[in-house]
Amino acid sequence: MLQEHARIVQFISLAQEVSGRKKLQKMVYIAKKMEFPFVEKYELHMYGPYSEELTLRVEELCAMGFLSEQCTDKGSYVQYHYNVTEEGERFLETAETPHEMLEICIGKLNGKSSRFLELVSTLLYFDHLPKEEQVAKVHIVKSKLNFTEDEMTAAFAFIEELQQCTSIPAG
Amino acid sequence: MEYKHEKLFEEKVFKDPVHRYIHVRDQVIWDVIGTREFQRLRRIRQLGTTYLVFHGAEHSRFQHSLGVYEIVRRIIDDGFSGREEWNDEERLVTLCAALLHDLGHGPFSHAFEKVFSLDHEHFTQQILIGDTEVNTVLRKVSPDFPQKVADVIGKTYPDKLVVSLISSQIDADRMDYLQRDAYYTGVSYGHFDMERILRVMRPAEEQVVIKFSGMHAVEDYIMSRYQMYWQVYFHPVSRSAEVILMKILHRARQLHNNGYQFTYDPVPFRSFFNQTFQMEDYISLDESILLAYFQWWRKEKDAILADLCDRFINRRLFQYAEFDPANEYRKIGQLEQMFRDAGLDPEYYLVADSSSDLPYDFYRPGEENERVPIYLQMPGGELRELSRSSDIVDAISGKRRTDHKIYFPEDLLLKKKDEIPLYADMLKMLKE
Repeated sequence: MLQEHARIVQFISLAQEVSGRKKLQKMVYIAKKMEFPFVEKYELHMYGPYSEELTLRVEELCAMGFLSEQCTDKGSYVQYHYNVTEEGERFLETAETPHEMLEICIGKLNGKSSRFLELVSTLLYFDHLPKEEQVAKVHIVKSKLNFTEDEMTAAFAFIEELQQCTSIPAG
Repeated sequence: MEYKHEKLFEEKVFKDPVHRYIHVRDQVIWDVIGTREFQRLRRIRQLGTTYLVFHGAEHSRFQHSLGVYEIVRRIIDDGFSGREEWNDEERLVTLCAALLHDLGHGPFSHAFEKVFSLDHEHFTQQILIGDTEVNTVLRKVSPDFPQKVADVIGKTYPDKLVVSLISSQIDADRMDYLQRDAYYTGVSYGHFDMERILRVMRPAEEQVVIKFSGMHAVEDYIMSRYQMYWQVYFHPVSRSAEVILMKILHRARQLHNNGYQFTYDPVPFRSFFNQTFQMEDYISLDESILLAYFQWWRKEKDAILADLCDRFINRRLFQYAEFDPANEYRKIGQLEQMFRDAGLDPEYYLVADSSSDLPYDFYRPGEENERVPIYLQMPGGELRELSRSSDIVDAISGKRRTDHKIYFPEDLLLKKKDEIPLYADMLKMLKE
C-alpha cells in the first residue's frame, strides 16, 4: 500500500535532489520507458510527455511532509528543487527495495539538462515509429526548440546507453 | 463532388438535452457515426461507476462525443470561419477529431486501463489507422486523412490551433463533459455560460484565446471544473465502487494466471489476462459484457471473486475512513497484518486511495511550460495568462488540496465483531 507514492520518494532519494518540475517529469517518464515500475500515466502535451498524476503525486508527497519543495527565482522563471525529508526517509523504510539499476539510470538522467531530457523523452514517446518519423514528430511538436542534428544524435546515443545499462529491470 | 465536400440532402439532427440539437450536414460525419466502432461508445458510460452514486449518470461516451462535435462545429461555423487566423481547409479534420477523440475508451475506462496498463489514446490511434469501419470511411476522404485525424487527437498535428480546440485547458471536450455530467448527475454546479464563451473565443497563432471581456464567463467555467472534481468526479462512494471494480479484475486475472477453473469461463478477458490482446478483442469488449460476467461470477467458487462481484452488482460498497498518510502510514502495515490474521486478504479488502489516483485536472497557469495556460486577449491585442487578471482563478488554480481515504468492508466487520474480537479491534483502529 502506498507503494506508488513510495517509488517517487525513492526516486528522489536516489537522485539526492531533482531541480525543476519539468526535469522531474521527464526523468520519471524516461525511467518508466526503461521499464522501471512507475505507474503514472503520461500524455503528450504541447511540450512533451507530461503526467498530471505525477504532478499531483508530488504535491501530495510535499503535503505529507515526505518531500520538500524549494523555489529559486531564476529571473525570467522560477525553479523548484525537490529533496526527501527525514520523515520521507523513514517512510522509505516501508518501501520495496528498488532494482539495483535504477540508481544508475537516475544518476545518468540527473546529469543531463532539462532541454536534453525533453528531447529524449519526446523521442521515446514516439519510439513505436521508425527513426526518421520519430525525428519528424519531434520537429513538429517542438518546432520552437530547434533541436539540431547533433542533439538528435546525442539523444539517440543516450537512449541506447540507458537501454544497455537497464536491460533487465525487475518489476 | 469530392466525398469530403459531400453534404446530406437534408440536415440530420440529434435531439440532445445539453445542446438541444446536434446538427449534421457533412456526409463524412454521418457515415462515421454509423460505424460499429463509434456505435460501441453507446455501451461505454461517460462517468464509469458514478451511476452508483448519482443514479442519473448513465450517459454514454456516444452522447459526449456528439456533444464535442457540436461545440466544435459551432466554434468553426459560427465563430472562426472567414477569420484570417483560421484555415477553412482544416474544418473537416477538426470535426472528425472532435467526434472521434474518445473512440478508444474501454469499459469503465479508468479502472480497466489501470488494471491492464492500457492507454485509451493508443487504442483511439489504432482504431483510426487500423483495419476498421471508421478507417474505411476516413480513407474515402484521402489516404492520409485517418492519420491526420489521429495526429490531431494525438496532439502532433502541425496546426496547433486545431489541436487546441480538442485538447487544451479550455476545449470543447471539457465544455461538453462539464455540462453533460452536471445535467445527468443532477448537481447544480458544473453549469457555466458556454454561449458567452463561444462568442468571445478567438483563433490565434497556436491556440484559442479569450477576449478580455469574456473573463467572467471563463472564471465560471474554471469554478465549475473545480466543484465538479470534488463533488462528482472524486466522490468517495463512487471511488469505493471503482476500488471494488478494480479488485474484481485483479482477482479474476490472478485466478486465471493461477490456473483456476472458472465456472463461467472469462473468454472475452483471456487475452487481457495474458497480455496478448489485439485491437479486435478491445473493440469487442464493452460494459454490458463486464456487468454480465460480474453477475455470473457472483456464483463462482472463489469466495473473494464472488463476494466482490456481489458487492458491485448489489451496491454493497466498501466504507471509507479518512486517512492521513503523513502520520498514519505505519498504521497501514499494522492493519494489513490484522486483516491477514483475521483471514481477510488485505490485497482485496483494505485499499488506500489518493486524489492523485484520479487526476481530473485543475486549471494550472503553465508552470515551467508544461501546460499551455488560458490566455486573455487584452484590449491592446497582447495576451495575458488568465490567473494574472482574475483573482478568482488565481485563488483556486494550482492549489494543493489532497485527499486520502482507506476503504474496507465495514459491513463484514460489524457483522462478526462480536464473535471475532479482532474484527472489533480492526474497526476501532479504522475509525480512530
